[in-house]
Parts: sequence; structure tokens; C-alpha cells
Amino acid sequence: MEPVIKLEDFRKTYRNGSLEVHAVRGVTLAIQPGEFVAIMGASGSGKSTMMNTIGCLDRPTGGRYLLDGVNTSDLDRDDLADLRNQKLGFVFQGFNLLSRTSALENVELPMLYARPSVPPRLQRERALKALEMVGLQDRGDHHPNQLSGGQQQRVAIARALVNQPKVLLADEPTGNLDSRTSIEIMGVFQSLNEQGITVVMVTHELDIARFAKRTIIMRDGLVVNDKLVEQRNSAVEEIGKLDREQTSVKLLA
Amino acid sequence: MRLTATLRIAVRALRRNTLRTLLTLLGIIFGVAAVIAGVSIGNGAKARIEAQIAAMGQNVILIMSGNMSRGGFRMGFGSPGTLKVEDYEAIRKEVDGVAAISPEIRLNAQIAAGNQNHFPTIVGVGADYVEIRSWSFVSGANFTEADVRNANKVALIGKTAAETLFGESTDPVGQIIRIKNAPFTVVGYLKSKGLGMGLGSQDQDDVVFVPYTSAMKRLTGDTTFRSFSIQAISPEMMDDMQQQVTELLRQRHKIGVNKEDDFIVRTQREISEAATETSKVMILLLAVFGAVSLLVGGIGIMNIMLVSVTERTREIGIRMSIGARGRDILLQFLSEAVALSVVGGLIGIVVGMAASRFISNQFGWTTLISTDWILLAFAFSAAIGIFFGFYPARKAARLDPIDALRYE
Repeated sequence: MEPVIKLEDFRKTYRNGSLEVHAVRGVTLAIQPGEFVAIMGASGSGKSTMMNTIGCLDRPTGGRYLLDGVNTSDLDRDDLADLRNQKLGFVFQGFNLLSRTSALENVELPMLYARPSVPPRLQRERALKALEMVGLQDRGDHHPNQLSGGQQQRVAIARALVNQPKVLLADEPTGNLDSRTSIEIMGVFQSLNEQGITVVMVTHELDIARFAKRTIIMRDGLVVNDKLVEQRNSAVEEIGKLDREQTSVKLLA
Repeated sequence: MRLTATLRIAVRALRRNTLRTLLTLLGIIFGVAAVIAGVSIGNGAKARIEAQIAAMGQNVILIMSGNMSRGGFRMGFGSPGTLKVEDYEAIRKEVDGVAAISPEIRLNAQIAAGNQNHFPTIVGVGADYVEIRSWSFVSGANFTEADVRNANKVALIGKTAAETLFGESTDPVGQIIRIKNAPFTVVGYLKSKGLGMGLGSQDQDDVVFVPYTSAMKRLTGDTTFRSFSIQAISPEMMDDMQQQVTELLRQRHKIGVNKEDDFIVRTQREISEAATETSKVMILLLAVFGAVSLLVGGIGIMNIMLVSVTERTREIGIRMSIGARGRDILLQFLSEAVALSVVGGLIGIVVGMAASRFISNQFGWTTLISTDWILLAFAFSAAIGIFFGFYPARKAARLDPIDALRYE
């Protein structure tokens, strides 16, 4: 099968005055459709740079990046924007929802920029369906400040899914969440992945990475470890474990 | 992106900062209102001046003593001295095509009737004057050539002066008015010309006319005139008459070939053109003041849009990350700026019309609202929105999505 993400000797060099910073120094890597990949690494390891490139927010300075067979090195800003709109869905650490805009309208947002344009009625229909996928169908008219962190992240996931992307990209999706909510969000990712959606996630938490099927560890701009997760966490089981612990704490008290 | 969606986002963003939006709007509102009110005052004044020139009568030529080109206050418009009674007689007899002719002597004096005092425009004129200036009578009649010859103490009175002195219900004909303590009998009550006060004009109905002979002998003691009015038989004769009068007066005043005239001969058309030119300059000046304040309003829009772009950098980043092109962002911010200026423009039109009406009611000035200027002011305000909104919008559109997302 053709990989959905293909990096060939990918390099990224930033120029800071006369100083050259080699953020990524040659990464070759392929991600197949249906995978759930966690990219790990300390800060400065190049994982964010790699994520920005995979997310078509930036272009490689060396090597090639092919997203769903499209070479992004040749594309201009508008083409990259269209690619983000059609093939990618973003989930951020800070949720990045538009405040004072309802959950439903936040989910509709990517369709505003879709080319060709989506009729308003279909926009609503698809947004509602996306909210249903993350279990928030009855919160559409809530504004972000009326939702918990976990719910906001679910809205962000729904927004990422609404244009039926090839890849769901998540940048530290649990960074702002407590442990229980983090597991719930991982549960959402696992269930979406089971439905065939490719997920690529950046995290620095090992427990979170173990919800993925494959982990890639980066250091100093290079991939130092790329392997399948052996003892994979299941969100359903973890939640069950948590509930049992809480019950026992209550019994003791 | 769809236009309706763009506009909806723009309106929502503007409503989020109501106070800020209102303050920015005010700049445009005042600018457009200033253009419209200013131009309406200017146009009103122009219309009044034109009406006054029309009220001078038809085919009128004015002869004034003095010389404009020699300049200075001393020899300025209508200085005393050079036009004599003999000149008047000579023009009357020797120039072809004269339908009517009258000298004019203005005098400043208080008049009294009973216990009322008033300070109208008093003019000593000939018997032809009423005809030249197309005055008609409510009651009574013009004084006669005999009255002029004998310097009789008779007077014609305008509506405003009559109402001030005698009240609205009394017919002034037959009443006595005292000018510098000399008693004059009112023989004619002039019908109103209906031109009230206006910017740069007097009330044309606040007048008293007496025979010029009476004015010279009994009131001023002058022996010369400041001006004559002549009415030509037809408009075609006016240029020829102007020529004839000039030659005759130069001859009579013994002015050498290279010497300048000591009088001025102007046809009504020349006076009208000069007045029109003046009012055009005034309208332009008022419009420029308005345009400058509109420009300042535009700078206000630019200022607030720049603040808005900075504040919403993160929002721009989010929109870009989910696929907004630079042009989508540009249109979003541009439509906000244009929405501001268009709404400001519309309100400004209403405010400007209200201000013009208020001025007209409060000061009794004629104002004239012109559709052309309303459209022009509106188009200008919309253009200002595009012009001043473009730079901030482009700044937003050129942001790097990664930097914008990271912006706190």
C-alpha cells in the first residue's frame, strides 16, 4: 500500500543571522494508512519541526515530503493551505478553538475554506456528525468557555475530522488535560483509529505514547528509535482501572 | 469563502468590541456629515446669491464710481465722487437702448415711526428703479418723476421694514416715517421678494426707497452718486451698451487714452459669473475640510484594524492551520474595514442631512442637499475603508501560520 506520509532524507535548517540551526538532519520514514504513530523526544529534538512539516505549515529545506503522494516542496502558500484543508486535521495542546463561537460553528470552520465550497446546509449536517463521533452531539450550541478541557479537545477533534482528512495530527493533545481526561481523549483517538483514520501524535509522555501502535523517538534532529508498541494501553481498560482505584480509595476512606 | 460567511464573521468581530467600533465609526460619521453639511451650506449660499442676482432685474448694467484695479480701500467699490448728476442725464439721453435708468445713493440712518425705531437699508433712487429691479406693490404706488424733480419727502417701504415699524396688520401707505428727523410720507408698500437671510446676504425686504433728489438735498448733502443701474431694452444690446457707457463717461470725465477709468461698468452676467466663482471656491473649501476629517476617520480605521490584527494573531493562525488561504484572511479583515466605513458613511449621510436641516432652521440660512455630493461622500468613505483597511489586512494575510499559532 502507498504510504500516506513519506519523508525522504528530510532536512530542515533555520538561518538565524549567520548561524545555521539544523533542526532536522535527515529523516527517512513512511507512515501507512491506518497507523497510530506517537512521535516522542525532548524539546529541541526536532519533533515539532517535523510535525510542522508533516502538517504542511512549513516546507523541508532538504529532502522530500510526500503527503498522500503530493510532493509539498513544489507547493506555494495557497496550495499548502488547500492541502491542510483537505488532507489534514489538526489537534493542538491548547485546543485552539475560537472563543465566543459555538462548538458547532468551530467545527464548521474548516468547511468555510473548502474548495469547492460546501453548501451551508451540508456544513451543518457534517459538523453535527463530527460532533457525534466525539460524543458531543448535544453540546453544539455551547461556547468553549462553557465546556471542560476534555470537551474542548473533543470539539477540536471533531473540527479536525469534519473535512474527512487523510491524517489526524495531534500536537501534545493531552498536555493541558488531567490524567483521566487524557485517557478519555486517547480513547477517542483509538476508536477513530479503529475506524481506519491515520493518527500521528507528538507527545513527551511515555504513558500517552503507549496508546499508539508505533513510537518514533527523536534526538538531535534524527530518529533514534522506531518500533511497534508491544504492551499497548487500551483506553477502555485504563479507565476501568482508574474507576476501580477510585472506588477502593472511597472504601478505605 | 462565501461572501455571506465573510460578512458574518466581520460583523461578529466588530460587535465583539462595541465601544471601539462605535468610536471608529464616529470618525467616518463626522467626516461624511461634515462633507454633506458643508456642501449643503455652500450650495444654499450659491442658490441664494443666484436668486439675488436674478432679483437685480433683467438685462441690468451696473455703473459704479471708483476703480477696482487701482485697489485699496479708499478707491474701492462704490467710492463717492466720480458719478455726477450730469453723467446720469447724459447717459439717459445719449446711450442707445436704455429702457430705464436710476442712480443709487445708500445711506445709513435710523428711521422712526411713532415710538418704533428701525435701521433698514435706505436707498435714494430714481423713479425707474422699481421697474429695473422688478419690484411690485402690495398697496400704494411708485413715486413720480415730479416727486423726484421736486425732491418730495415720499418713500417706498419693504415688507420687513414696514412690519417692524407698523406691525403686520397696518397698511403702511399714508403713514409718516422720520428719517434723520425729516418726515417722509409712505406712498408705496413693496411686495416681498421672499429672500430671507442667508450666508453672506442681507434681507432684501428690509428696505426704504426715497427719491435720490430728496436723499441728496435733505438727508446727505452729497452731490455725487456711488452707482447707477441701467436696464437695457434687450439682452443683445448689453455689450454694446457697456461699450457706449464706458466711452461716454471717459469722454465726460476727460480721461486720457492711457489712463484708467474712474468708474466700473459691469453687466449682470459678469456680476453673476464673479459671484458663482466665489461660491464655487467656498463650496470646494467646505468640501475639502470635510474630506480632511474623513481622511482622519480613515486613519482611525487603519489604526484600529492594526490593533485588531495583532490581537487576533492566534485566531489568524488557527484559521490558516485549518486551510484558510492568505486571500481568505485578507478578505476577512478588509471586509471589516469596509463594513466600518460603509456603515459610518450611511450614518454620516443621515447626520449630515440632519445637521444641514438644523443649521437651516437655527440660523435661517438656506441649505441645499445635493444627491451628487451624498453619493460622492459615500463612495469616498467606502474607498477610504478599502484603502486604509488594505495594509492591516495584508499584514494579517502574510503572517506565518506557525508564528501566528505560537503567538500569545
